[in-house]
Amino acid sequence: MAAVRVEAVLAAAEEQEAEKRRSITVEKELELEFDLGNLLALDRNPPPAAAALRGAGPRREALLRALARDNTQLLVSRLWELPTERAGGAGGPLVARLPEPTFRLPREKPPPRPRPPTRWEQFARLKGIRRRKKTSLVWDEQAKEWRRRWGYRRAGGDPARAWLAEVPAGADPEEDQFARLRREKRERVARNELNRLRNLARAHRAGSAVPAAPLHPTGHQDREELRRVARVARVSTASLGRFQPRLPKEPAEPPSRSGGRKRRFEPLLGNLAAERSRQLELLRDMGSKKPVLDITRAVNKQMRQEEAEAAAAHKGKKQSQRGKRGRRQQRPGRSGKKSGARRQQQKPAGGGSGGGRRKKA
Amino acid sequence: MRPLTEAETRAVFEKLGKYIGENIQLLVDRPDGTYCFRLHRDRVYYLSEKLLKLAASIPRDSLVAPGTCFGKFTKSQKFRLSVTALDFLAPYAKYKVWVKPGSEQSFLYGNHVLKSGLGRITENTAQYQGVVVYSMADVPLGFGVAAKSTQECRKVDPLAIVVFHQADVGEYVRNEDTLT
Repeated sequence: MAAVRVEAVLAAAEEQEAEKRRSITVEKELELEFDLGNLLALDRNPPPAAAALRGAGPRREALLRALARDNTQLLVSRLWELPTERAGGAGGPLVARLPEPTFRLPREKPPPRPRPPTRWEQFARLKGIRRRKKTSLVWDEQAKEWRRRWGYRRAGGDPARAWLAEVPAGADPEEDQFARLRREKRERVARNELNRLRNLARAHRAGSAVPAAPLHPTGHQDREELRRVARVARVSTASLGRFQPRLPKEPAEPPSRSGGRKRRFEPLLGNLAAERSRQLELLRDMGSKKPVLDITRAVNKQMRQEEAEAAAAHKGKKQSQRGKRGRRQQRPGRSGKKSGARRQQQKPAGGGSGGGRRKKA
Repeated sequence: MRPLTEAETRAVFEKLGKYIGENIQLLVDRPDGTYCFRLHRDRVYYLSEKLLKLAASIPRDSLVAPGTCFGKFTKSQKFRLSVTALDFLAPYAKYKVWVKPGSEQSFLYGNHVLKSGLGRITENTAQYQGVVVYSMADVPLGFGVAAKSTQECRKVDPLAIVVFHQADVGEYVRNEDTLT
């Protein structure tokens, strides 16, 4: 009876083993194609017979599920063969290092739309005006050389040194012509900038692929603008920038709800008990960071020991040399140091001199 | 008047800690009442809750000084301890220096303490440690920074500076206008 039972148990165990082994080996006619970088497995084997797949029955479901399980098993076996490492240090989870993906996935989002033409571009198209390529250098008659069209040492003469500004025919003789020229230049620049921003806004509103070009550094932006843009970029995450790591030289600043316009403080007569506990915790934090080994104290202790040894050795030598007369003369002055040295030798070396030990002048 | 921000509190406690070490807890957490720090026109004041409630109802322009001024924040946000904090530093001071009667006056006029004027110094004072200066009768005169550690003080020549002057009670007379 017992023998039969034992045999039955062994047979059951063996069958279980076989089952397990069967479950991780999969037989396929054609090998699957793998792209482990995308966790992709392509099965080119012919699917089960169409008759078997017809009709939404449990048999169909079972067939499909078995197919999926087999393919997934093959993919996972391949993943286990990859080189592994521990993520996040020694105690972290075991992760596999995936190779570069080879399969080109189709676009996730629709392709970007071209930006709408600006007002000038529309006008030019209407009138048939075409861009004429300009030369980069222009002949300057005054300087008798080729100068650049704009920029440093440009062809038209240095505007800062233009000493003459003629009063035009119909103008007020009292008006300051230089001021007028400066004002007009400022207006031109401002109008140009306004139009550029309008075009940008129009393109952005039309939903084209221009996502607000100020967010792309052009090299012509000043520090404040870039800082503002960096702040916007940092806050444009799902957690509104709270867990965003800082760049090496970026200063740490707390997020302000008013966008940097107004500082907010605790109320004057707020919860005083909470304030006290916060301060105590801050003190505890600051205290715990102090180093346990104080270098200067260790150095001082060493110096004291050396001094004591030197004094003891010196004293011994001097006493033997001077004799009775020397000892009588020396006693009042020396007593402090000698007793000090003896006191030091008596105390254990590791204790140091705790508390306010006075020094006699 | 407003409470200190965390950075400001940290700066103040670090400065105070240089003189009184971990005894700041006794200033923050007092058994005889709730005391707190408040900032008014860049100066840090230490006042009791009762006084705070009274001072809260005074308009900012008319308020001169609520409580005891511990010091002020400079334009570059560094905290500078002033002599008016001496009453609170002296009882809790960790490292003390006693000055001989002869050079008391020199210290009260704003000069540094020389080795010849040094009466006593707490053992194991480190160099550049914050110290409170007393007269030989244990009257607090001011505070400063130890220029030499106790060990070096013993070896150095009599005209060397042993304590850098930072504040003394003579400032109550000298800088009467600028103290609050």
